[in-house]
Amino acid sequence: MAQLFSPRANVHSRVIVFGVVVLVCGAGWATSTIYWSPYTTYVGVPLDQPVPFSHKHHVGDDGIDCRYCHSSVEKSAFAGLPSTQTCMTCHSQIFNDAPVLAAVRQSLSTSAPLKWNRVHDLPGYVYFNHSIHVAKGIGCSTCHGRIDQMPLTQKTQTLYMKWCLDCHREPQKYIRPRDKVFDVAWQPPPDQQVEGAKLVTRYHVDTTGHLTNCGTCHR
Amino acid sequence: MNTPDQSPLTSHESPSYSPLGYPTNLLAPGQTYETVNKTIAEIPLSHAPMSWRFGFFVAFLLLMMFLVAITWLFAKGVGIWGVNIPVAWGFAIVNFVWWVGIAHAGTFISAILLLLFQHWRTAINRFTEAMTLFAVACAGLMPLLHLGRPWVFYWLFPYPDTMGVWPQFRSPLVWDVFAVGTYFTISLLFWYLGLVPDLATVRDRARKLWQKKVYGFFALGWRNSASHWQRHQVAYLLLAGLATPLVLSVHSVVSFDFSVALVPGWHSTIFPPYFVAGAIYSGFEMSLNIVIPVRKIYHLEHLITERYLNNMANIMLATGMIVAYGYFIEAFMAWYSGDIFERYMMMNRAFGPYGWVFWTLMLFNVLVPQALWSARIRRNTVALFIVALFINAGMWIERFVIVITSLNRDFTPSAWHMFSPTRWDWMTLFGSVGLFLTLQFLFIRLVPMISISETRELVAEREKATIK
Repeated sequence: MAQLFSPRANVHSRVIVFGVVVLVCGAGWATSTIYWSPYTTYVGVPLDQPVPFSHKHHVGDDGIDCRYCHSSVEKSAFAGLPSTQTCMTCHSQIFNDAPVLAAVRQSLSTSAPLKWNRVHDLPGYVYFNHSIHVAKGIGCSTCHGRIDQMPLTQKTQTLYMKWCLDCHREPQKYIRPRDKVFDVAWQPPPDQQVEGAKLVTRYHVDTTGHLTNCGTCHR
Repeated sequence: MNTPDQSPLTSHESPSYSPLGYPTNLLAPGQTYETVNKTIAEIPLSHAPMSWRFGFFVAFLLLMMFLVAITWLFAKGVGIWGVNIPVAWGFAIVNFVWWVGIAHAGTFISAILLLLFQHWRTAINRFTEAMTLFAVACAGLMPLLHLGRPWVFYWLFPYPDTMGVWPQFRSPLVWDVFAVGTYFTISLLFWYLGLVPDLATVRDRARKLWQKKVYGFFALGWRNSASHWQRHQVAYLLLAGLATPLVLSVHSVVSFDFSVALVPGWHSTIFPPYFVAGAIYSGFEMSLNIVIPVRKIYHLEHLITERYLNNMANIMLATGMIVAYGYFIEAFMAWYSGDIFERYMMMNRAFGPYGWVFWTLMLFNVLVPQALWSARIRRNTVALFIVALFINAGMWIERFVIVITSLNRDFTPSAWHMFSPTRWDWMTLFGSVGLFLTLQFLFIRLVPMISISETRELVAEREKATIK
């Protein structure tokens, strides 16, 4: 019988066989990479805003407390965005004719609030409450990063469910004393596991599994 | 089962054995290597008979109906089915268990009978292995269709996700994914491994170059050398060994879907063995339903002799009795437990609104198969086909009874609700039959449907027996 395939067919078939394996593994790797990259998560990617507001300037340089603008963070689910009048407590006096603040002045004159683009945008099926986290010793910088060093506001965490669960499973890794919650420069001490465990007990953080119930966040 | 060679059905010649213990009457007399090659290998190489074309057409129409049913399901959601609380598991789960059950004959015949030196597997193992693959394909679709959000079906697999949660490993539904996935993989490998020498035979007999190339590609360069055979046989036996526990495990796991739950009518320790017996029962019944017409249409009576059909009927009778015992034990335990919910479940099952389904089941799965005690029925292919058809329907009804009548009246009478299937339920059921038959027709058309190499082995063994 004549040869059906040339000797090269062996090479071809090996390339195909191993190629399929490489392709499947590669597709898995690529999917995972894309899912964890800023392309999907927007970590480190500043969004366009009506005014190029700098947390670095206001928090880092001026030392304004978080609660001055995000005034409902201790009392409600939503931390709150400042009204234009809050901006104007200072900016009616300083930089009151800076071109960069034209949008703020226009907002004041027309009584139409500034339309910020939300940086930390949780899906609608996630229930999240700022006040309970602040009350139990979870600091701003744990989730929002060194906001005092950000000229333009951006995410430092993925906000993936895995990230939420990382803390809900072991809150002692991230909890801090209540008086340090608004200290953006706070760093965990070397014995955070021990100190954290004490705080978990002191603040009555539920460790019986309630924090990881589906219904805690998906109500 | 080991000594059916004394059966009165050995119509062709007196039973005798080759030195390796092969019964000589598995083949009709007068078969040589060449007639075997020609009969089997020429089918994929020549034009399909009209009956094949007609059958394929009908099967394909059913498949298109399945496509419509699935498309509408994906567009509208599971609300188009009759499922609702409390009967949240409807036809999809009934079909799933039915198809997985049908898939069991393949591995039973291929692996267990191979390891037990039951040579009457030779002419039917290829069929039933193919049947296994196609039935698992149909089965695997059902739970996916049943998902509210089928596009995230991959959440069933443990992979490093962004949610930081694994599938619930304590749930039998996850065990199902692994059991059925493993079963499909092993069955596919086993089937393909057995096909390799036969594909080489087809390659060598092909007259057109493209046929030679296609079959040659899938024959993986098989040259029939002794070392090829040595490795092939080792691999084949190893896979058979791996597949054997699966025959028992897969349907046991499927039965856990029910028995792990606390619903009366599901929560029962008899379920795993009773499900496995039922699976083999339904597998053999479906094999007969396919083998009998194919044997007739392609004139394969001299290869698939009456011995095969007779043995398959015997296995059906035996497993059917085990299944009947399962029915009996379920009823007995309901009474013996003294549990009012169990007792009520049984009364509801037999005399409640679905009572007529239950008694149809008893008729189809317990009474009708008793006909197989008669050698005349076992020898009559038409009668055997009809009995198998009854059992085929009966096994589907059995799963209907288990799923629906247990759910529709559970602990809380205020939640009781009847289930009635919609046209989309029926289209999904018959559509999946269309998928199964389409694949089966393609298989018959494209690859040797009987193992050529193993049939040649029978010829060789008979020659040895005659020389002796």
